[in-house]
Amino acid sequence: MIRSLLLALAVVVAALPALAVQPDEMLDDPALERRAREISQDVRCLVCQNQSIDESNADLARDLRVLVRERVKQGDTNQEVRDYLVARYGDYVLLKPPFGLSTLLLWASPALLLLVGALAVFLWFRGRGRASATQAGGAEAALSAEERRRLDRLLAGEDGPEDDGSGRDPGDRRA
Amino acid sequence: MIRSRLIFLIPLVLFLVLAGYFAVQLLSGEDPRAVPSALIDKPAPDFDLPGLYAGEPGFATADLKRGGPVLVNVFASWCVPCRAEHPLLMRLAEEEGATIFGLNYKDKRADAKGFIEELGNPYARIGFDGEGRVAIDWGVYGVPETYVIDGSGRIRYKRVGPLQPRHLEEDILPLLEDLRS
Repeated sequence: MIRSLLLALAVVVAALPALAVQPDEMLDDPALERRAREISQDVRCLVCQNQSIDESNADLARDLRVLVRERVKQGDTNQEVRDYLVARYGDYVLLKPPFGLSTLLLWASPALLLLVGALAVFLWFRGRGRASATQAGGAEAALSAEERRRLDRLLAGEDGPEDDGSGRDPGDRRA
Repeated sequence: MIRSRLIFLIPLVLFLVLAGYFAVQLLSGEDPRAVPSALIDKPAPDFDLPGLYAGEPGFATADLKRGGPVLVNVFASWCVPCRAEHPLLMRLAEEEGATIFGLNYKDKRADAKGFIEELGNPYARIGFDGEGRVAIDWGVYGVPETYVIDGSGRIRYKRVGPLQPRHLEEDILPLLEDLRS
């Protein structure tokens, strides 16, 4: 029982996705063929739109695969092949949009969302801290008479360090 | 207190904004699958196609630079929407005096000739692109496609999919008028 389950699992795991690339399209040179595969995996099939030409069985995808292989064989770099296609079909033909002015927002949005999230978390915790401080002692009401007098003096602008001298910042202005 | 409760409205506001955005997209009547052409306002690609009929002149880049605006229509006998838009092309050629060049895409010559014989010929010339290579240079991805080229050989308009009367009235005829003056 277990053995047959394991066998079934092995079969499922070992199954490769069906590929659209036909043997007669492939290049003889494995290195060039690998490059062609690499390029076609990032080129959108314009007929089916959410598949790459490497995965699509559409006629146009086949034509484009053959074209990519031709260009690779003629000595184009990967970038040159991509540029060739972009010149005809626009940036849309690339599954991964290039970084540019028009796509700036697209690329920056994850970072922007992270910032918004961080800001929300910060505000949340700050709000909670303040709320709990208020609950703990009713900060304003808890001022003693001595504290209130000192506060009044500070607000009036005459901060005399000699008055109490306890726990003051060294950066404080001395009269 | 009121301010902190307003926070609970944020999801609602976000939802309304998104819903509004989707509604605009859905109701605009635009084809969401249409890919904006990379070639608009660029010169038409260099090509030289043989004619569909033996002995007749083919269709090449030079034909697009004769001074007046012309249309280029990509069609095939196997393409059903091409049949649907054909009467409009006939009307453009016969009633509106437009020059239309045909680009016969990945077809068989005999089939394409049958298509023309059956439905009529709106094309000044027909180039035969059996391999579909020239079509790739034009950025063709769905037949039929229709382009308007100005007198200097620049692509000014592209429509993917069958032409409908409103494309003629709203886009193509005004553009032709504009380019002729």
